[in-house]
Amino acid sequence: MEAFDYVAPRTLDEVYGHLNNGKRTLFMAGGTDVIVQLREGRRECDLLIDLKRIEQLTSYAFDSEGTLVIGAAAPLARIYEDVDVRRRLPGLVDAASLIGGIQIQSRASLGGNLCNASPAADSSPALIALGATLVIASVSGRREIPVEEFFLGPGRNALEPGELLVEVRIPAQPPRSGTRYLRFIPRNEMDIAVASAGVRVQLAPDSDTLESVRIALGAVGPTVKVVDVTSLAGRTADSATIEEAGRLAAEVATPIDDMRGSIIQRRKLARVLTIRAMEGAIERAKEIR
Amino acid sequence: MTRTHVETRLNGVERDFLCEPRQSLLEVLRDELGLTGTKEGCNNGNCGACSVILDGRIVNSCCVLAVEIEGQDLQTIEGVAHGDQLHPLQSAFLDEAALQCGICTPGFIMASKALLDREPDADEARIRHWLAGNLCRCTGYDKIVRAVRRAETAMEEMNA
Amino acid sequence: MTTIERPAYKVIGSRPVRPDGVEKVTGKAQYAADPRPQGVVFGKILRSPHAHARIVSIDTSEAERHPGVLGIVTAADFPQAEDKVQDLGEGAVNLRELSDNILASEKVLYRGHAIAAVAAASPHEAEAAAQKIRVEYEVLTPVTNVLDAMREDAPLLNETRHTKMMGGQHSERPSNIAAYNQFKAGDADAGLAESDLVVEREFTTSMVHQGYIEPQSSTASWNADGTITIWTSTQGAFVVRAQVAEVLRIPVARIKVIPMEIGGGFGGKIPIYLDPVAALLSKKSGRPVKLSMNRTEVFEGTGPTSGTVISVKAGAKDGKLHAVQATLRYEAGAYPGSPVGAGAMTMLAPYDLEHVEIHTFDVVVNKPKTSAYRAPGSPAAAFAMESVVDELARTLKIDPLQFRLNSASKEGTKQVTGVPFARIGNEEVLNTAMTHPHYTAPIEGPYRGRGVASGYWFNGGMQSSVVVAVNPDGTVNLVEGSTDIGGTRASLAMQLAETLSIPYDAIRPIVADTDSIGHNDVTGGSRTTVASGMAVYQAGQDVIREMSSRAARLWSVTPEDVSYEDGVFHCLKDSTKELTFKELAAQGARTGGPIAGRASLVARGAGGAFGTHIVDVEVDPGTGKTTILRYTAVQDVGTAIHPSYVEGQIQGGVVQGIGWALNEEFVYDENGRMLNSSFLDYRMPTALDVPLIDAVIVEVPNPGHPYGVRGVGEVPIVPPLAAIANAVADATGHRFTQLPLSPRRLIEELDGGD
Repeated sequence: MEAFDYVAPRTLDEVYGHLNNGKRTLFMAGGTDVIVQLREGRRECDLLIDLKRIEQLTSYAFDSEGTLVIGAAAPLARIYEDVDVRRRLPGLVDAASLIGGIQIQSRASLGGNLCNASPAADSSPALIALGATLVIASVSGRREIPVEEFFLGPGRNALEPGELLVEVRIPAQPPRSGTRYLRFIPRNEMDIAVASAGVRVQLAPDSDTLESVRIALGAVGPTVKVVDVTSLAGRTADSATIEEAGRLAAEVATPIDDMRGSIIQRRKLARVLTIRAMEGAIERAKEIR
Repeated sequence: MTRTHVETRLNGVERDFLCEPRQSLLEVLRDELGLTGTKEGCNNGNCGACSVILDGRIVNSCCVLAVEIEGQDLQTIEGVAHGDQLHPLQSAFLDEAALQCGICTPGFIMASKALLDREPDADEARIRHWLAGNLCRCTGYDKIVRAVRRAETAMEEMNA
Repeated sequence: MTTIERPAYKVIGSRPVRPDGVEKVTGKAQYAADPRPQGVVFGKILRSPHAHARIVSIDTSEAERHPGVLGIVTAADFPQAEDKVQDLGEGAVNLRELSDNILASEKVLYRGHAIAAVAAASPHEAEAAAQKIRVEYEVLTPVTNVLDAMREDAPLLNETRHTKMMGGQHSERPSNIAAYNQFKAGDADAGLAESDLVVEREFTTSMVHQGYIEPQSSTASWNADGTITIWTSTQGAFVVRAQVAEVLRIPVARIKVIPMEIGGGFGGKIPIYLDPVAALLSKKSGRPVKLSMNRTEVFEGTGPTSGTVISVKAGAKDGKLHAVQATLRYEAGAYPGSPVGAGAMTMLAPYDLEHVEIHTFDVVVNKPKTSAYRAPGSPAAAFAMESVVDELARTLKIDPLQFRLNSASKEGTKQVTGVPFARIGNEEVLNTAMTHPHYTAPIEGPYRGRGVASGYWFNGGMQSSVVVAVNPDGTVNLVEGSTDIGGTRASLAMQLAETLSIPYDAIRPIVADTDSIGHNDVTGGSRTTVASGMAVYQAGQDVIREMSSRAARLWSVTPEDVSYEDGVFHCLKDSTKELTFKELAAQGARTGGPIAGRASLVARGAGGAFGTHIVDVEVDPGTGKTTILRYTAVQDVGTAIHPSYVEGQIQGGVVQGIGWALNEEFVYDENGRMLNSSFLDYRMPTALDVPLIDAVIVEVPNPGHPYGVRGVGEVPIVPPLAAIANAVADATGHRFTQLPLSPRRLIEELDGGD
């Protein structure tokens, strides 16, 4: 591993002071990916900026409108252990508790998982299903974009030079809605998704009619695939509709063959996982929380 | 080479050391502080052999830079027993024959300790889930799971 | 536990805490990478990025100028090794090939093949300097698959290699087929022709790794007096010493190997990779040098076990296995020496049949040189054979265990080598499995299935040497030289305690360095508890003889007038005279000096052993994932010295087998690059992937051992591959013939992904 300098600023203003000086700079949140990437020579830097000493980036809270605001560097385990988060956003917990093993979850963050922009990242399909947005900051201000607009390709995200991801915002979920994230891995833990699906459904107040459905698929394309399921709105949440959702998902999938999975396998998984995640989401939508 | 001064609390004692920013906590523990009880199995966060408890949470010390632990509390395998007084987990690993080659054992004991510190009555499924980040190639995990359950019982009796 | 004809033991069969246990649970135990001799510096190996290439030139000048560099070593620093074969215990090696595998001289034969090494003040500087070594390659086409390598037009790894045929003659054309052999009995063609049912299939297994958690590491000091000290973890310190002596052309006595605790081996820590390189770096730098592999280097640069293609044609007649024709093709890796012979000699061991014909091919490919892995050669062969046996039984509508019982080998049955079995426990194991509650419980539900399979391993004998010293307070030091991987200090101390009729706690066993005890062969072949156990028994008898003569001196009688029973020496001439072991131990100085016993032997009659496994699985048709619901492993262990560690060996072997069956494989691209050289992507089982493993111990004592011990460690990895494949066949109705049975394969074969 090449030598580099390390700083751990306390404020965002301090961070900005370290940017735009010609140095190859990397941000580190939990470090579970970036440290390994540096060690294996997959990334290089002159300066590593540790974001974990910035309180705003490591805290999380529900605001007055019920939006969960999560600092981009907050460790996953702290988020998914929170009783309120578990009750109000089980779909987020699905994803956050799957990334790496317990040791990784003590450190890894949503921000890091998103910024890596891996098509197989567990956080992105769940966050897209939940309608989450990202707050990006730089010395010249802040901007907010939907999660689905953050990914440009494998390993490429929408951050401009001088920008960093500071917050993940998950809006209060509609009544009679439920979200479920499922991924498939050959083992039961410690693996990268071969394919994954995040599904949110909203049911009508007094029937099993679907008011809205959001479906996002991981690892079946260069970026997360958002499935167009507008045709499902107004239909009854029954097995035929769920099958149809699975069919739509498999159609959207454009997977590749690689060491972790094949095209045939991933296309099938897109369908199966969408069906199972949707069943789970409907179940959650019917629960009284 | 610029070396950074780091102050930490290590196994209950204030310690300081110098390190390069690129040195992992695992590397500094073993090469600079002489604490070789924490083992390297993969050096990329996939086997748990280097597990230590940092500010109460179990982490892979290969995925932490030593400079990061300034002001934090660190527990390693060397701090689990008090003199010849073994921790109930250590005794249970011995009584259940939960180790063969023993290279993964420090990591398993640290991870199990982090679990029992929070959930003293974890069941078999929970133990297996919690320990999924720790690889063992000798035991098939059977006796490790039994040892953790045995330690739970022993700790419950101690606290009763 | 099923016990047959077992004497009453006092210590054997109990479950004491192992002697090295406390050090291992407190982090004090010192493993390969742990010793830090004064002034130690760090080494790093440069490895080939190509799977097959000629080395045109190596330029180390820029690396030498890198700050902090203390020495660089290439193959040119090795003395020319002899082109001769040396037996290393579990497998023989050609010394020139061994030397070339440690540092390539003319060609690189696999990606990860070591080329040069650098020593520097820090591991980071050593790594940076290694990157500055310029190697010019002439890249050649690689061949990474056994069938491709066997083709006549295949790229040759070694243009001068000809196939070694039976009887020692060589093929006319050069070939990647290093050796061809055959085993024959009866008339297989006729046997198949007269069979009631014949099944013919071809099976494929991938190269897999032992997956020990501790990467290889060696620290060496080339001392000013010309001696070399090596701290390393190995399955055989004496074998390391012998190999280093040969590779460096240095007298054996000038090399001291200090065996550190070993973090897993499973056969993979018999060959040497780092030790002579660390020694030469130490010579050049004038400092002790620590040379360690990272996980990728372990996957790419150390010996896994062979990928195989095995064809089996088997016939059943009258409800029994009647005739078998098989062809076994094993990848040896970069240099010859796959365990294909062992595959041929074990695959039919569970059966008594008339007609056998087996052809074996040992084939070099551009992958790492294979080394032993737990029952080397046997699991892949058993996967093929036991799958076919299952299919025969199911098609004939005979219970698969009953079919095996009908055909079971027993004492006197001739093996494929023509050698008849001594007393074996095959039938006892099968009977125990048939009546086990797991087997008699129904298996119900869609996509659920049950499979069974049997497996065999010879178990090793070989050389052991131990010394036993009796202390004046009645405690005993046991000095042995067999590496303890999984609890053999305990199993040897227990056998000594039994022999001496003293408490287990009175014995302190240590594994000595190579200066401190006579030669011991590797801990491999499941030999240590058996063979070093025999040595311990003989050394214990030696102590008793010596102490009897001391008592005779005290009592002024002849040694024949002294008996020893339950820890007490009795005078047969005068029943009032008796001395406990402890009392007599205190008389050493007055009766002729320190009391010690020793034994050195070549163990014979190690005693082969069988296992039969039962597994229930559930297949998820949506994802192709196989879940192990229940697993029972029945095994004849002869006598269980420490039942907990016997169970542990069985459970560990089963879970390695589960990994092999379901997910583990070396994945290569077309350029011979391994794509999954990390624990993340190699996918060994975690605690969450397996259930509790019910290890059922059957004890059919080995007549060749004083305590009836049979080797335990290797048998349990043999049956799981086929047992799981048979269960998946039961669950899905589809017979899978390629491993691993990964979700991907199941999805693609079951429904084409629809």
